Amino acid sequence: MRWVKRHILPAYALLAFCYLLLPIAVVILFSFNAPSGRFNYVWEGFTFDNWVNWDAPPGIQSAVGKSLEIGLLSTIVATVLGTLLALAIVRHQFRGRGATNMLIFLPMSTPEIVLGASLLTLFLNRQIVTGFGTIFIAHVMFIVSYVVVTVKARLIDFDRHLEEAAMDLGANEWVTFRKVTLPLLAPAILSAALLGFALSIDDFVITYFVSGPTQTFPLFVWGAARVAVPPQVNVIASAIFLVAVLVMIGNVLWGLRARRARESMPAAVPLPETLPTTEPA
Amino acid sequence: MLFFVAPLGFLGYQSLQTGTFDTGYTFDWAFSNYWDALRDYHDQFVRSFLYAGIATIVALLVSYPLVYWIAFRAGRWKNVFLILIVAPLFVTYLVRTLAWLNILADQGPVVGFLRDIHVLGPDGRLLATSVAVVAGITYNFLPFMALPLYVSLEQIDARLLEAAEDLYASKRQAFLHVTLPLSAPGIVAGTLLTFIPAAGDFINAQLLGTPKQYMVGNVIQSKFLDVLDYPSAAALSFILMALILVGLLVYARAVGTERLTG
Repeated sequence: MRWVKRHILPAYALLAFCYLLLPIAVVILFSFNAPSGRFNYVWEGFTFDNWVNWDAPPGIQSAVGKSLEIGLLSTIVATVLGTLLALAIVRHQFRGRGATNMLIFLPMSTPEIVLGASLLTLFLNRQIVTGFGTIFIAHVMFIVSYVVVTVKARLIDFDRHLEEAAMDLGANEWVTFRKVTLPLLAPAILSAALLGFALSIDDFVITYFVSGPTQTFPLFVWGAARVAVPPQVNVIASAIFLVAVLVMIGNVLWGLRARRARESMPAAVPLPETLPTTEPA
Repeated sequence: MLFFVAPLGFLGYQSLQTGTFDTGYTFDWAFSNYWDALRDYHDQFVRSFLYAGIATIVALLVSYPLVYWIAFRAGRWKNVFLILIVAPLFVTYLVRTLAWLNILADQGPVVGFLRDIHVLGPDGRLLATSVAVVAGITYNFLPFMALPLYVSLEQIDARLLEAAEDLYASKRQAFLHVTLPLSAPGIVAGTLLTFIPAAGDFINAQLLGTPKQYMVGNVIQSKFLDVLDYPSAAALSFILMALILVGLLVYARAVGTERLTG
């Protein structure tokens, strides 16, 4: 009875992880499947062909290209905008600051479908042709929120004495910002950018509404799901997954190294082991 | 700034128009769009909130013990287990939903097993049922429940639990009176982060279900992009948002008063 009690939680955790990871295993496994017909539902044999000819299904290559392009562009723009917005909200008193603060949360607390629908009506009413440009605008919009929230969290417990020290030492505002503020915010900005890129690459709902004729990878999958999904879709998804996991592991290792470096800091400035004494030679 | 408010304004404007795509729309305070939407899609609204509610509760029940184990028992491997929890988010949303097609397929192992133990009849299926749709929603939004829960459990001071034990609380009492109340912020955040996107979802119903499982999201999506009936689609979106907001307020109220009396 005791044995059961002690092991029930770990056993449960193991089961839960199986549940979480099973679909991922299925996605990766079926990227190596060699389906005889058009449907990739049943396991029929192992092959590397799908990985070698990942661009075989017509349209998949340009869809992946578009996803990467939009992801990179919108992440860069949204990261710059979001960081500046976070600085403005935390550091400056301006009219409408509270409202801005609230509105930042709007995209996060509204179902994506409502955001997509409202953006589409905006574009329709202003007679803006939907396509690459509108996807870009929509992605910037939702990534900005996440950047602001992440950077703001970091700014709130930011030690402003460091900036004051730089100013006292004769640095002007711009130099202080570049040499002190920015490096200290860098980890938060970087993780916000990574998150934003991941969200952009993965986004389907909003993109679907504002895409017009442009096709990103998730839209390609949606179109394929109406007929038959080629195994190459699993190849791309597996590749994205592997890159993301590598980045995560890199991030954790980097954090560990930084912590270790900090812990060993005193050793970097060795104190003299024994005080110099005047011993008779 | 303009990004957030302007689109919603246009959505409201559109929702009060009448006309068709071919003849063009005119704005005439057509509140009837709202009544028509509620009357015609009553079922889909109920289904959206029902599915999202069940999925949120199941996600809470599934992730709580798991996250509890990670926060208190996993030791130095915590970060690795956290990566495993968010791992599903790294697989494209649509592709991981499609993976459930493979898993729940009629010839698949899960259906086979359930037929063998007579939970399902010999022709019983999982795909194209509400169960599949709710399971898909639960799976897809589980990490949004697990992460805030983890954060709140992780912050609990272990000394409080020791103190409870010193004061002769049983393990169960310590959990009910110390751990559970202290993790309440995580439960609240997790439920919101799961429920809100789940209520607007249409992907799971489309891929794992049939029109009988369609939710409001499906209706909005097809009205906007297939039927091009913009005013009624806009009205539906607004109703969905309003219902979620009302739900939020009621929930905040309930959680708040509970804390006051607790």
